[in-house]
Amino acid sequence: MAAARTEQSERDVRQGFNVTTYLIRRILYAIPILIGVNLITFALFFFVNSPDDMARLALGGKRVTEEAVERWKRDKGYDKPHFFNAQEQGHARFTNTIFFSKSASMFVFDFGVSDDGRDIGTEIRTRMWPSLAIAVPTFLVGLAFYITFALILAFFRATYVDVSGVVACVVAMSISSLFYIIGGQYLISKLWHLVPISGFDYGVDALKFLVLPVAIGIVSSIGANTRWYRTIFIEEINKDYVRTARAKGLSEARILFRHVLHNAMIPILTGVVVIIPSLFLGSLIMESFFSIPGLGSYTIEAINNQDYSVVRAMVFLGSVLYIIGLILTDIAYTLVDPRVRLD
Amino acid sequence: MTVLRRAFLVTHRVLSGTAILFGTAVLCGTVILSGIAGCDKTALNNPYPAHERGENIMYSFFSERPKHLDPVQSYFSNEIRFTAQIYMTPLQYHYLKRPYQLVPFGAASMPHVTYYDNEDRELSAQAPSSEVAYSRYEITVRPGVYYQPHPAFAVDEHGKPRYIDLPKTQLKRKRSLADFEHTGTRELVAADYVYEIKRLAHPALHSPIFGLMKGYIIGLDEYARELAAFAEDVPKDVYLDLDRFDIRGVRVVDRYRYVIDIHGKYPQFLYWLAMPFFAPVPHEAERFYRQPGMPANISLDWFPVGTGPYMLSVNDPHRMMVLERNPNFTGEAYPSAGEANDGQAGLLEDAGESMPFIDKVVYNLEKESIPYWNKFLQGYYDLSAISSDSFDQTVAVSANGEVGLTDEISERDINLHTSVAATTIYLGFNMLDPVIGGLDERSRKLRQAVSIAVDMEELISIFRNGRGIAAQSPLPPGIYGYRGGEAGINPYVYDWVEGRPKRKPIEYAKQLLDEAGYPNGIDAATGKPLTLFLDTTLVGPEAKSRADWFTKQLRKIDVQLVVRATDLNRYQEKLRNGTAQLYILGWNADYPDPENFMFLLHGPQSRAQASGENASNYASPEFDSLFEQMRNMQNSPRRQEIIDRMVKVVQRDAPWAFGFHPADYNLAHGWVHNIKPNTMANNELKYQRIDPKLRERRRDQWNAPVFGPLVIVALLAIGGLAPAVIAWRRRERSRVSETSVRAST
Repeated sequence: MAAARTEQSERDVRQGFNVTTYLIRRILYAIPILIGVNLITFALFFFVNSPDDMARLALGGKRVTEEAVERWKRDKGYDKPHFFNAQEQGHARFTNTIFFSKSASMFVFDFGVSDDGRDIGTEIRTRMWPSLAIAVPTFLVGLAFYITFALILAFFRATYVDVSGVVACVVAMSISSLFYIIGGQYLISKLWHLVPISGFDYGVDALKFLVLPVAIGIVSSIGANTRWYRTIFIEEINKDYVRTARAKGLSEARILFRHVLHNAMIPILTGVVVIIPSLFLGSLIMESFFSIPGLGSYTIEAINNQDYSVVRAMVFLGSVLYIIGLILTDIAYTLVDPRVRLD
Repeated sequence: MTVLRRAFLVTHRVLSGTAILFGTAVLCGTVILSGIAGCDKTALNNPYPAHERGENIMYSFFSERPKHLDPVQSYFSNEIRFTAQIYMTPLQYHYLKRPYQLVPFGAASMPHVTYYDNEDRELSAQAPSSEVAYSRYEITVRPGVYYQPHPAFAVDEHGKPRYIDLPKTQLKRKRSLADFEHTGTRELVAADYVYEIKRLAHPALHSPIFGLMKGYIIGLDEYARELAAFAEDVPKDVYLDLDRFDIRGVRVVDRYRYVIDIHGKYPQFLYWLAMPFFAPVPHEAERFYRQPGMPANISLDWFPVGTGPYMLSVNDPHRMMVLERNPNFTGEAYPSAGEANDGQAGLLEDAGESMPFIDKVVYNLEKESIPYWNKFLQGYYDLSAISSDSFDQTVAVSANGEVGLTDEISERDINLHTSVAATTIYLGFNMLDPVIGGLDERSRKLRQAVSIAVDMEELISIFRNGRGIAAQSPLPPGIYGYRGGEAGINPYVYDWVEGRPKRKPIEYAKQLLDEAGYPNGIDAATGKPLTLFLDTTLVGPEAKSRADWFTKQLRKIDVQLVVRATDLNRYQEKLRNGTAQLYILGWNADYPDPENFMFLLHGPQSRAQASGENASNYASPEFDSLFEQMRNMQNSPRRQEIIDRMVKVVQRDAPWAFGFHPADYNLAHGWVHNIKPNTMANNELKYQRIDPKLRERRRDQWNAPVFGPLVIVALLAIGGLAPAVIAWRRRERSRVSETSVRAST
């Protein structure tokens, strides 16, 4: 017994070592990916906008002089060459450029200040909470709801419940999310006066503002998600182990919620875990219609304002979160299926 | 890993076992929350905290966050709407009188202006501009005015500033102004106004009017150069001592007086004194905010320090901004005189009362028009503009063209306030273009023909719901020099018929086109159809229909129009390079003087040749000569005569197809008083008054919760689910063989 325990312990240590090695390797892989993403963002941004354009927009449409444009560029560090500074010597040829000066600090998560002087890190820290306040309940409650609904449809497969459910899902998928938002605001807030149409507050006061956007967020995705989960469950439900479970006399609910759900976790996790980090980034339309002060519109505003400092920070953050999501997915596979090893 | 796996399995079981309960919990939660909200006496859909019920608070909204609240930078209307309430400019516009009239605000009286020649001899007020070497504006500041409470003024028991030159370690923990426990104040002095003028030249502040003002304020250019050279050695985040150098033409005379010397004669300078660029800024604020280590978001650009009636108490521009009554504001009397009808309109009921009337103004961010419009109808916003979506629901136009409100809106005791903006939107012709440009007769007739063909009345009707008036000249109504009626019409585009301007017939436009050498839209010289190009930055669903509309207008005279949708950067580049042919631009008045519109056509201000505001690159010696005479004159019959001549020249030369002047339609609930549209002043908040009790009664009346439909929805859901539940139970009780058979089928 003791020997078996020791063997188990050694196996755990070995696996833990493997996971650590794997994580280090993935983090090292991430560095060139992030540099590449930065490079592409930089190239795309400055392909469309020149520093002169940025200066003119920042200074406003009226009475902008060439001198003011030059002063703005000098002050914001956009008067340097893009990638290579021929006037410098040594490594300064590369470091005294717009690309390097705007990118290097991000690798230690120092996002600096936006072109209009705001601290980007503070903005992100402030705005991610309202985004999460919408996204997390929508994600969790939605996930539980979609899976439950899909399991019910799978349980009633090939009956009127299943057919009606699938038809309802297709109809729900065909409707624009804007319709749900405007319709929800019209019915719930305007006609029935049950919750505020839009707005946000912090703490407990936030609840009355969150009910409607969360409910709409769940309902608007019900069609696509339920159909997807239903397909996974139907495929799983036809496997031999389900037939065996039935033969053993297990209740259908137990088969579905315990065995089928467990074995369907790999495809579910593939789609779900990867989006968890991106919950921080919020939803543009939802936040816009409900006046939620989240991160959803931050990048769009920055693109419209030609604020490269914010754009590169948000793209970098998005890339980091996506990489984290992929790593979490891989780790989640090992939790769901012991046969998967992170070697 | 084993522990993690176990944790996962437990989580999975809990999730799967309680999955159904989640949905139920959410529904129950909603009902419980609704119940809790219903316990206080506010309506369920009330977006504001219960403790604000009945308070003297105005609720408004903003759709775009202000970028700058530093008075030296704020220029856009969404910025000045805040800074104008916080800062006390030397002058302000009279709230009620028209035409617009400047009155003292931070100044004790109107500035004393004297003129001098090259040898410093004083000249009379009527001296011609050519003799005036410089003008001196002596301004006396109101004594006894104090700044809002602010940590920059806080002093310790020894009288030393508490929060100046703090170590970085202390500043690191600060997140907002509220983290500084103590506040203080001090009296407004003349040096604060001079300090702000120096800030125009600050190398890191990028004031939009620095380029203009360095041409007028004597010594500002040299000062800027000295300061820039000095700033080279000062780190960016360190306080830059602006008082190290002086501006030759700006000086403090004594505690309450300062003077500004201006090159030549520039009467419009008084209008600039009513804008935030010349508001007072205390040097303590700059020293406080520019300490090394102060977080970037705690800055004068984010937290203004003023002496005006309001102070910014919450600045969360992604959610809300709150202005609160400045406890140190010395008060100001509501005007006791206005226009003839103001008394009848109830605008003089508060005459002589101390302002401001409202304690607090809450501005919420609303990016979409639907939510703010519905909240306005529910009584949660006091004022609202009218979006295109809700125009038909709101405004009714009678058979004789009178604008009013629909019955649905009138029943709610909502009032409509209309005004024509001091704005001109125009279709410009690039005068450097070989086809459409030039001052020769051929191109002139071509432009006149296009001006007739583009039916601005139709554009206003289709795309602006009739909100606007077709322009006859660059000058909008309300600006000195504007002429209405028959005397003001553009005779090259309109006829005066039955007491109103009527656009000339298309046949006449075709005739002009023929005379220009394009019979039936064909270039007689080349035999090719005439094709013109219009650059626009229009985007969105309306862009296509607008483009099609413009194309259709020119098709009326057999001219082909190619509309080129261009992004803003390339559009501006084309205007800068003079490569656009037709373009659309607009201009909002900085101040109510004809010079502020006529300079848009002044030759030396050419966009392509001098980076100026004359985007058409129009250069008429006749117009330029008249402009030079008119620009620095006081308003007088002689000035009006020159303006009339200038208008006739541009109507003939047609460098623009004079587009339209937009009309603003604004709504106010019946509980809001003292609303009078003022397109020049931005500090209107202090004049407005609300009746919070009436507002609460109306809100309660309009927002009673309706639970019936929810119950019906719940019953329908239960009814729909019941057969499924029964089937589930039946299947669970069925025998294994039956289930297997059914599954296999």
